[in-house]
Amino acid sequence: MPPFVAAGDAPTWAERGRDAAGIALIALLLGIPMIGLTTVDQGGALRVLTRWPLLAAFVAAVFCGRLLLRHALDLLKRRRRGRPGAAAEDEESGRRGVRMIGWAGWLAFGAALVLPLVFSDNRYVVDTATTVLIYVMLGWGLNVVVGLAGLLDLGHAAFYAVGAYAYALLSTQFGWGFWAALPVAGLVAAVFGLALGWPCLRLRGDYLAIVTLGFGEIVRVALVNWTDFSGGPNGISSIPRPSFFGLPFAPSGDAPTFAASFGLEFSPMHRIIFLYYVILALSLLTNALVSRLRRLPAGRAWEAMREDEIACRALGMNVTNVKLSAFALGAMLGGLAGVFFAARQGFISPESFTFNESAIILSIVVLGGMGSQLGVVLASLVLVLIPEIGRDFSEYRMLLFGAAMILIMVWRPGGILSRREPTLRHAAAEGGHA
Amino acid sequence: MPETGAAGRATPLLSVERLTMRFGGLAAIDDLSMDVPANRITAVIGPNGAGKTTFFNCLTGFYKPTAGSVRLNHPERGALRLESLPSHEVASLARVVRTFQNIRLFSKMTVLENLVVAQHNVLQRASRFSLAGLLGLPSYRRAEARALDKAADWLRRLGLLDKADVPAGGLPYGTQRRVEIARALCVDPLLLCLDEPAAGLNPRESGELNELLLRLVEEARLTLLLIEHDMSVVMNVSDHICVLNYGRKIAEGTPEEIRNDPQVIKAYLGEEDAGDTFWTVLTGTRS
Repeated sequence: MPPFVAAGDAPTWAERGRDAAGIALIALLLGIPMIGLTTVDQGGALRVLTRWPLLAAFVAAVFCGRLLLRHALDLLKRRRRGRPGAAAEDEESGRRGVRMIGWAGWLAFGAALVLPLVFSDNRYVVDTATTVLIYVMLGWGLNVVVGLAGLLDLGHAAFYAVGAYAYALLSTQFGWGFWAALPVAGLVAAVFGLALGWPCLRLRGDYLAIVTLGFGEIVRVALVNWTDFSGGPNGISSIPRPSFFGLPFAPSGDAPTFAASFGLEFSPMHRIIFLYYVILALSLLTNALVSRLRRLPAGRAWEAMREDEIACRALGMNVTNVKLSAFALGAMLGGLAGVFFAARQGFISPESFTFNESAIILSIVVLGGMGSQLGVVLASLVLVLIPEIGRDFSEYRMLLFGAAMILIMVWRPGGILSRREPTLRHAAAEGGHA
Repeated sequence: MPETGAAGRATPLLSVERLTMRFGGLAAIDDLSMDVPANRITAVIGPNGAGKTTFFNCLTGFYKPTAGSVRLNHPERGALRLESLPSHEVASLARVVRTFQNIRLFSKMTVLENLVVAQHNVLQRASRFSLAGLLGLPSYRRAEARALDKAADWLRRLGLLDKADVPAGGLPYGTQRRVEIARALCVDPLLLCLDEPAAGLNPRESGELNELLLRLVEEARLTLLLIEHDMSVVMNVSDHICVLNYGRKIAEGTPEEIRNDPQVIKAYLGEEDAGDTFWTVLTGTRS
């Protein structure tokens, strides 16, 4: 067996060499069938050819790579161990981390504000940024349920769908406008949240995950099959796009349009940019609401319930209310994102709300760091941008996506930003009253 | 049939009558009657599996007893039947608050947050179900400041003030026990039920616990009910002791009476493992 070097004191070069040789041996064994032998089509018959030089190069590359990797890891470990008073520094670095997160948040906010102005003629960039923001909003909604309240929800796309269909039906059947339908659709989604939360009151962990997964599928399957109501698999099309407070984005016509009223030349980008600012405003509102709630009794109750439900009951908290409020709020935020999605696409069908969607939203929350607001933003960026960047890699796109997720979880098992910031500080308590 | 032992002088705060809790064929508590006098320390002792924690779970609404009643003489609300209240109302309405044998703190939250969460009902009402809180109205701000004051006050009295901003899960075991007691005190309990508060404490810490318990009864006018194995705590602080074995009450009285009770001696000498050690500490080999 190859003698793998245990993670101890710095190994000698002989040890490193043995370790690398062991790895190279494995590479050789694997490489013989995969690289050493190859088949070629020769006049209709298959012939096996050998590629020993290539295999030798491969094994040599693995050997050197392993040596270098070992060396780099040892250096890193030595440097980390060499730092004096690591524990004492921890608190200080933690505080610095919190400050840096604050700065990063404001920086991201500034960048989000000016982005469509800088890229005002690049539809692709603004569209992608809008998609990122939809996921940010969905992530912030789910963060209430999963990150703060600790209720594993695998069916968040259901609320997204409820919001989208509520707006689609209200606007196509009853002629409601975007802004009027927005709060109503949010409330409808919240009611669905309660409907899901009620039977789940006694469930936790795996069991809850299964029920929410089922709920997500029920909503999707109902939408597919209830053709009279939802249009079935054909979905609902020609959903009205939001107007600029009554001014439509259209080439000049009879009614006053946005471009005419502001003396601009008509450009299809106007609507794209407007939609971007709408979702930016919606997600900022979501963020303000959730971060404020986190510092209120309601939010602290969610976190306490995540930590220990039985202790909550023993302290007189009505856990039913705490749970239902988390489900309802999370669902409402998901519904609002759904309304926006429907208005932006102009067409929705059940295909947009599959389990895959729920899984991506959940990955955003987990990858970002449970309960961290900025973490959700970073994770949404990563999860939306990697497949976009990966377009050049065509069929390896999802491979890249998976590798990136694994790397993040290895590098930061608690998520990108896993540090929890207290909602209260004793110093504040001393200064808070006179 | 209220007990009229040495501790029966005061009106009982809590009367347990013919309480029975069955799990299938097993009677974890069998026809138990006892009184908990107000403003006193009452201890429930007995070997492992005697039904002590089940008794607490019945008192605090975590279990619904099979039979019997638990009556609390609440100074403002009159007689309350605890066995018919859900667990959160036992704490919020009846103000009977418990701690747990295996500490249950909100470990990722700071100590101060733990104590503020304990005041959830008061704060939630003041925040008008988050509306006043979201708007930052002065009425909510005042309530929050009061809650922080109360938390800081208990932290100071329990010598935990310097730990206020530390995540509760990272503290040493003995400190966590004190935090759990401080958190329970923030609910303003009438009756505080402590499930093995001295478990895992070193002798110095359990000495401090003794002082704390006595101080709580004297200064804060609390009534304490405790389950404890550590006889140095039980014998030194209790006014009244109730001994359980196999879910039945086998003796009740002052520490002195319990030490000399032939029933208790017989029961514990009959036990082989748990009983032996129990007997040695009971008779004061380790005090």
